[in-house]
Amino acid sequence: MNCEDTQVLLSAYVDGELDLVRSLEIEKHIETCPACALTVQNQQTLGAALRAGSLYHRPPQHIEERVRAAMRSQTRTKRINWPILAVAASLLLAGVFVDRMVRFASRPAPQTLVAQEVLDSHLRSLMPGHLADVQSSDRHTVKPWFSGKLDFSPPVADFAAEGFPLTGGRLDSVNGRTVAVLVYQRHQHLINAYVWPSPNSANSSVTATTLQGYNILHWTHAGLEWWLASDLNTQELEGFANQLIQ
Amino acid sequence: MYGSARREQFFETHVVPHMGAAYNLARWLTRNDHDAEDVVQEAYLRAFRFWESFRGADARAWLLAIVRNTCFTWLQQNRKPSLELVEDMPDLKSAQANPEALLLANVDAEMLRRAVEELPLEFREAIVLRELEGFSYKEISSITSAPIGTVMSRLARARTRLQKALQGGAA
Ligand SMILES: [Zn+2]
Repeated sequence: MNCEDTQVLLSAYVDGELDLVRSLEIEKHIETCPACALTVQNQQTLGAALRAGSLYHRPPQHIEERVRAAMRSQTRTKRINWPILAVAASLLLAGVFVDRMVRFASRPAPQTLVAQEVLDSHLRSLMPGHLADVQSSDRHTVKPWFSGKLDFSPPVADFAAEGFPLTGGRLDSVNGRTVAVLVYQRHQHLINAYVWPSPNSANSSVTATTLQGYNILHWTHAGLEWWLASDLNTQELEGFANQLIQ
Repeated sequence: MYGSARREQFFETHVVPHMGAAYNLARWLTRNDHDAEDVVQEAYLRAFRFWESFRGADARAWLLAIVRNTCFTWLQQNRKPSLELVEDMPDLKSAQANPEALLLANVDAEMLRRAVEELPLEFREAIVLRELEGFSYKEISSITSAPIGTVMSRLARARTRLQKALQGGAA
């Protein structure tokens, strides 16, 4: 073993990460090579300096409380909505517009709830094995995969030429029904596109919201509800929405 | 309720105790106190959602993988121009350390801190996980989704650069 072969391995040797055979080869080499022996010694010194403790960043005291508060508010929005709304509704019972108010209160901003469901599904899809039931960049494979599984036929198109290749599809449950999910990619960002038949025949323009750092887009077009979820920036995601609408 | 009680217990016993490691990694990757706090908060929210993805091995490694992914997303969204990605071609020959003995007594802690801060992101990450957290190459490989050979080469190159920086400064 010469110095050149050794060079890359010295660092792993110092870390005790080489197998026995190579470890012994290095030991034999540094017995006769002062340059490599010095490198080993220097790396040991460097390691000791790095581990001495002064480099470790200690968190500020308030961070634990801050993180706990954020986690509490996240679980609260999911769990405590209904009791609060029930209290609000009961306080309004004395009012004149009881009927209207109760109906309003029992359906709190349905779009927000769907957006949260879309985000939950998007996050779930990032876990291993959850992204796609059918994996293909070929829309002629993805489209027939959906048939027979849904009561509608989702429009499946590939936008590889525009920089948004189709990578697969799956079924998911959003808004109390089974929906089609088309999975697209933009560089390293994943885009989940959710589509299902809309109760409204009117087209709506694209609205964008941000939930927990993810961008969520929604629109209605040609009798279909569309939702996009991604960590891609809003501008590019809206550009992609326009591709889907055309 | 059973599921959410289990999740909270899991968090208290396995995840909250590693907030120091989470902050240290986030602080080294973002190089900023305020950003590190934001990243830690976001990473904990993600960990809270994804807690079922924990496979019962090492909660600290699992959490730090989430922290580093949150950091990378965060850096991409907030600091496009300065996101340094380094190709994994070995450059050991061109960047060999000076053949002088490095003496621990002569290592200036502040100079060492600056040298680590100036390492390319992926080298810095490897050094923090190895030297400050003590992970094995295999664990670093799984946290950073990089092959073990890549981990080995990043550490070797990072150390060569650090030695050069320390000796260059002393000369
Ligand atoms: Zn040698």
